[in-house]
Amino acid sequence: MASLKELKGRINSVKSTQKITKAKQMVAAAKLRKAQAAAEAARPYAERLSAVMASLAGKVSGDGAPKLLAGNGSNQRHLLVVVNTDKGLCGGLNSNIVKEAKLQAKKLIAEGKDVSFYLVGKKGRAPIKRDYANSIDKQFDTSVVKNPGFEEAEAIAAELIAMFDEGKFDVAHLVYPTFQSALVQDPTTAQLIPVPAPEGDATGGDAVVEYEPDEEAILAELLPRYVKTQVFGALLEIAASEQGASMTAMDNATRNAGDLINKLTIQYNRSRQAAITTELIEIIAGAEAL
Amino acid sequence: MALHFELVTPERQVRSEDVHMVVVPGAEGEFGVLEGHAPFMSTIRDGVVQVYKTEGAQPEEIQVRGGFAEVGDAGLTVLAEHVEG
Repeated sequence: MASLKELKGRINSVKSTQKITKAKQMVAAAKLRKAQAAAEAARPYAERLSAVMASLAGKVSGDGAPKLLAGNGSNQRHLLVVVNTDKGLCGGLNSNIVKEAKLQAKKLIAEGKDVSFYLVGKKGRAPIKRDYANSIDKQFDTSVVKNPGFEEAEAIAAELIAMFDEGKFDVAHLVYPTFQSALVQDPTTAQLIPVPAPEGDATGGDAVVEYEPDEEAILAELLPRYVKTQVFGALLEIAASEQGASMTAMDNATRNAGDLINKLTIQYNRSRQAAITTELIEIIAGAEAL
Repeated sequence: MALHFELVTPERQVRSEDVHMVVVPGAEGEFGVLEGHAPFMSTIRDGVVQVYKTEGAQPEEIQVRGGFAEVGDAGLTVLAEHVEG
């Protein structure tokens, strides 16, 4: 059995761990509110953009459609854009995303397609590298900035579109978590390139809309923006999910630490009592012997 | 007699208000939008959006970069990627 001093030491160390997890939990709760507000603020833009996209995509179709919308006619090389966090301490969030990405990869490979990865965020690198070491195309580092924002989304989207134009892949999927609550973040896969025609009422009223320059030119300009917005949305989702998952994980950790402290305290008190009892017996036995 | 004007960026909704007139730097030239403008859509070039709160008032100038403008029944919506000021 551990000595009293050892037990005391362990209790103290668990106590300081609990303090850390509690602090991290509170920080995550505060950051979560901010991240949710940011996600909320981004919604009007995304909604407007998809509404406009829907009305335009209906009008421009057939041969005139840009490559970003219609694809390049091939469906062989797939790129998985996997968005992970940069920091740990957020429970199973990253492993869930990686699991989803690997599942998609396996499915595509089973269909005979080529799969490569484009990784955003630090935490997805190691586990994906383990299984698909040779198919990681590129990594985008978001750890240099505090809050990945629209500029990062722009950079990622620009790089993806450039890769698409160079013909490095045919179809791109975006794998990211959708934030539902602090407890639930579902990993989601969405097609990014070619842009799936957004749903919505394509008619947009009966009014004849005048376009300047013309539909094709506007659409050609709009599509990269739409990709950017999708990537930006994923970055916002990952930020909110990270904080939510972190909050839940740290809440659990704090509670576990509390349980451990209770258990150790009981053990400590028992050993202390046992030591006192032994000492008493020794004194009494000694006295009787005289 | 007012035009509903919205200026939205990916990060936030910058403006949502009723104004008299807005002058937008369209890709093929500036255009002013008053209430009851015909449905219209245009990409915009980097420049200044001028917002006239009332007729003849000093315009408020907002720098925008990249995006497009849409005029519909609901008024004028400018979707810009970057807004300064």
